[in-house]
Amino acid sequence: MDLLTHFILLIIAGISFLVLVLVFYTLISNALPSFINFGNNEVTDLWNFLTGDIWRPNSDIYGILPLVLGTLLVSLAASLIAIPIGIGCTIYISEIAHPKVRGILKPAIEILAGIPSVVYGLFGLLILSPYIRDIFGVGSGTNALNGAIMLAIMMIPIMVSLSEDAINAVPRSLREASYALGANRWETMRSIVLPAALSGIVAAIILSIGRAVGETMVVLMCTGNSPQVTGNILDSVQAMTSAIAIDVGEVAGGSLHYHVLFAIGMILFLFTLAINMIADLIAARYSEAYR
Amino acid sequence: MNRKLKQSIYFGLFRVSGWAVVAAIAVLIGYLLFYGIGAINWEFLTQAPRVGMSKGGIFPQLLGTIYLMALVLIISIPIGILSAVYLVEYQKNKFMKGVWRVVVHNLAGVPSVVYGLLGLGLFVLLLDMGASLIAAGLTLSILVLPIIIASTREALIAIPPSLREASIALGATKWQTVRHHILPYAMPGILTGVILSLSRAAGETAPIILVGAAYYMPGLPDSLFSAFQALPYHIYALATQTRVALTGQSLYGSALVLLMLVVGMNLVAIMLRNKYRKKYRW
Repeated sequence: MDLLTHFILLIIAGISFLVLVLVFYTLISNALPSFINFGNNEVTDLWNFLTGDIWRPNSDIYGILPLVLGTLLVSLAASLIAIPIGIGCTIYISEIAHPKVRGILKPAIEILAGIPSVVYGLFGLLILSPYIRDIFGVGSGTNALNGAIMLAIMMIPIMVSLSEDAINAVPRSLREASYALGANRWETMRSIVLPAALSGIVAAIILSIGRAVGETMVVLMCTGNSPQVTGNILDSVQAMTSAIAIDVGEVAGGSLHYHVLFAIGMILFLFTLAINMIADLIAARYSEAYR
Repeated sequence: MNRKLKQSIYFGLFRVSGWAVVAAIAVLIGYLLFYGIGAINWEFLTQAPRVGMSKGGIFPQLLGTIYLMALVLIISIPIGILSAVYLVEYQKNKFMKGVWRVVVHNLAGVPSVVYGLLGLGLFVLLLDMGASLIAAGLTLSILVLPIIIASTREALIAIPPSLREASIALGATKWQTVRHHILPYAMPGILTGVILSLSRAAGETAPIILVGAAYYMPGLPDSLFSAFQALPYHIYALATQTRVALTGQSLYGSALVLLMLVVGMNLVAIMLRNKYRKKYRW
């Protein structure tokens, strides 16, 4: 009986491991033909794919630079909004707020983290964008700024819950030593708690930027979907994820366009892997320091 | 500058950012309630849409989402939980444990649109399932698998080794120990992960766009291989149309229903976790 259950569990674990490996395999095997085909295509090659500044799938022109820059513009702007508010909110919840207030704030932020992204997208597209159009006097309110604001609201809960863990991991004794030396609460926080939690907070920021880059629905619905190279936050842009989600409806399986979409997926995949690893490396430093 | 003044300035800033987040939630939910609450009634939940989605209800979409959650429950949750049990309780090889951890941890951070590509390439095209309920269910199952394994793993390793040792010392076999002593105590943690991953499956939109959810279909899905509709896709499709003035009721009503479904499940998970976190102290 015991051997049997062990065997059954081994098989099930094997299945799920295979499934997870299959994720890698399917991505690679579908992305690869695009790189191979690039050589035979007169319009484009691998170098043009990565650096070409025109994304026009209908004419088989696949330069992903506009998409990459679109993703970066929206994510960077979102981070600029989310980082100060997120960190401020974390400090407020973990260090300043009355326990009763904390009892309300923490679940509220966890709820915010659970709201489906399509709901944020809907809000940005139909409710926020007219305000942006009117306030900034631009032709269309669905632009990078609109996406960035909604993305920032989405990033904050992730950032808060991760960086709160980092702040809570700072031992009490450090704070108490600082108070005993006459420092007040702000001085203790600035010179003792925040530096000690810094690597955890940085890891939290990096992970939430990773989420922003991989987010689809908000950028798809809020940023206007016009692939162009621009640094203007009030322009409409298209992100990598939105290009995948939009184009997939009109693409024939096995065509060059289809494989190119997988290649973009592959880039996103590698990017999130890298983000995860960097965050792990940074976070590992601090968990070692205070054990 | 005065030390005390400095402290109150900074603390004031932090307080403002804390409440700014709360204000954002309140505005978001307030708007949806304002526009959507009028749409929600019994008819809205139990009838099919009529007159180009401007009248009637959202029953087929709601049912599709419930079907998808049921598929994830059947496919992914037993496999995920049992894999984690194997990983924590049976796998002795340190290296394999490390490999598992890295794979699961990294896959949990992969964007959902990439899982959508996987579903399209593997289930819809390669295995020729078409844009079907089962293809979407399998895609979402793979998406939540790392989440379930990770949360079950955490629940299991939180149980102190002394519990296992006591059971083994009394002559119980490995499986008896797991079945009667480990799983019951880990259950609240496991359940929290299960609820969270189901709510994730209910709210994910990008993967079902890629797998090919239907905007409209006559009747309800009658087999695993029939086309399907789902609530998140309904919201996306209506919101990006130009006829929002006509379909607004259905749109905001659907968003509110989805929000209540997902937030409700998350609330249950949070309460469950907090209740048992207090109950068991090792």
